[in-house]
Amino acid sequence: MDRRTLLASAAGLATLAALPVRAQAIEPLKVGFIYVGPVGDGGWSYQHDLARQAIEKTYGDKIKTTYIESVPEGADAERALTQLALAGNKLIFATSFGFMDAVINVAKKFPDVKFEHATGYKRADNVSTYDARFYEGRAVIGTIAGLMTKSNKIGYIGSFPIPEVVQGINSAFLAARKVNPSVEMKVVWVSSWFDPAKEADAAAALIAEGVDVFMQHTDSTAPLAKAQEAGVYGFGQASDMANFKPKPRISSIIDNWTPYYTRRVGAVLDGTWKSEGVWLGIGDGEVEIGEITDAVPADVKAKAEAVKDALAKGELHPFTGPLKKQDGSDWLADGQKATDEELSGMNFFVEGITAQLPS
Amino acid sequence: MITDPMALLALLIAAATPILFAALGEMVVERAGVLNLGVEGMMITGALAGFAAAHATGSPTVGFVAAALAGAALSLIFAVLTLGLLTNQVATGLALTLFGLGLTAMFGRPYEGVKAPPVRFDWVIWAGLAMVPLLWWWLNRSRSGLVLRAVGENHEAAHGLGYPVRALRLAAIAFGGAMAGVGGAYISIARVLQWTEGMTAGAGWIAVAIVVFAGWSPWGVLAGAWLFGGVTVLHLRAQAAGFAVPTQLLAASPYLATILALVLISARAKFSRSGAGSAPGSLGQTFHATR
Repeated sequence: MDRRTLLASAAGLATLAALPVRAQAIEPLKVGFIYVGPVGDGGWSYQHDLARQAIEKTYGDKIKTTYIESVPEGADAERALTQLALAGNKLIFATSFGFMDAVINVAKKFPDVKFEHATGYKRADNVSTYDARFYEGRAVIGTIAGLMTKSNKIGYIGSFPIPEVVQGINSAFLAARKVNPSVEMKVVWVSSWFDPAKEADAAAALIAEGVDVFMQHTDSTAPLAKAQEAGVYGFGQASDMANFKPKPRISSIIDNWTPYYTRRVGAVLDGTWKSEGVWLGIGDGEVEIGEITDAVPADVKAKAEAVKDALAKGELHPFTGPLKKQDGSDWLADGQKATDEELSGMNFFVEGITAQLPS
Repeated sequence: MITDPMALLALLIAAATPILFAALGEMVVERAGVLNLGVEGMMITGALAGFAAAHATGSPTVGFVAAALAGAALSLIFAVLTLGLLTNQVATGLALTLFGLGLTAMFGRPYEGVKAPPVRFDWVIWAGLAMVPLLWWWLNRSRSGLVLRAVGENHEAAHGLGYPVRALRLAAIAFGGAMAGVGGAYISIARVLQWTEGMTAGAGWIAVAIVVFAGWSPWGVLAGAWLFGGVTVLHLRAQAAGFAVPTQLLAASPYLATILALVLISARAKFSRSGAGSAPGSLGQTFHATR
């Protein structure tokens, strides 16, 4: 060892010794995120990233966040999660249904890391799941759609016929029927979460059938661009899609993950985090209704807001009997509410929808 | 609406336009003996460049020209690597697709959420259709088209006869890039009316499959584009009209059709002596002039 190295080492040691002992106590909590799409998708992943930015603001230098975007569901997700865990992240949010098995596998290898998985159902001691009651938001915009349609034909662009999407179609239809008994619902499936050209074609197909208000459960703004061209109405999905205000976008369903993320980070910081599965809605602030624009008459807006408030207070459940299934068989008796278990496996349309649910 | 056959035909032709352009371009590239799997990357580049140029100038026509230039420019990267540096065509094409997707994701940010005015682009649709007989005539009846095919069938022999193998391939690759660019711009300018990251959503891969399906013939490409593009749009229309359509089967139909086509092609190649409908002999092989 020459003199220069010796001096440098000594200087280094002196600096270390001078550091306060508390340094280890305020080591920031590292929080990691993986997204299925780009943060610039303007919808699903964008909303999760807004929540990440919000917790950074809230907790300041107590935490340090990192994210990996456009992670394909499958082996890549496992790699990305492992990478985050190895980098010292002690809390990791995996924000797509398809990351489920990857989360469970990686969680086994890192028992001291806590995982949060969006919209999944598999849990472990260090894996929580969380989901949003999107169908509550659908009841609000379904009310608007039922009152705004002149042709009495409303439409729905679906991605895949999974329970989450089926709940939304049923909920929107029931709410629209409540305020407009002669309303009909037309449904088109595009077999993708994100395919702007197909989504635009689906919107055009609905419009050609006389639909003048439609909803979507896909991630791009392409349907709204088509709505604008045809002079019909639509709604923002997952994100506010405010560029299309005041019409064709007359309101929106916004996924607000900030309250939940804030709470979970807080729980890790104060040592109270434990594995759980939550399903939150309008009352919890997780599902928000974006501004109802002036394209909507005041009385319609008031009715929609009344539905929203009743949902928030828990006075209204979108699935309250008497209700029958599409095939005419009984489902819910008078006053009976659907259980969460029934909803999370929902694989049928309610009575009155004429479209066929792909099996 | 669904019951008016003329309206449906018009719809089908319009829906098939993006993949028709891209597939015709790729067919010419493959006829020259080059396999470029970068179609998706060139399409998405055309989609963004076309949208940006149309937005800046207010002229969709300028948009389509810019898209053709952008697609060609991206394809030249592929040309330099595969023809100049003799890289593997499959790997380079895949890289080009990834590069195009990443590049447009970065440069597309300012255009997220920008709306385009709806305009009609019937001339683009007609241009796509006119390309089919034109390319057929060129590949089968013109000297330069026949030379290009010779280069694709056996580049050593073509080189031995004194034909400029690399120059012809360069021209073919640039033409393919321009066509893919126009196809992509049709999606952003005419169909979706906006720019969205990743908006081609696999259309380029369908185009590559159609070339094989078509047995490298322009008329086959037209049939394939109508089948693949048409099936999708008709299926959406049928659903909207309330017909019960098995969605999973239709979603899988392009892939099923591709498998069927591959089976037919291998059978045809086995039983036909003329070699019609089989892949060009030098397809995908690196050419290095040794003499």
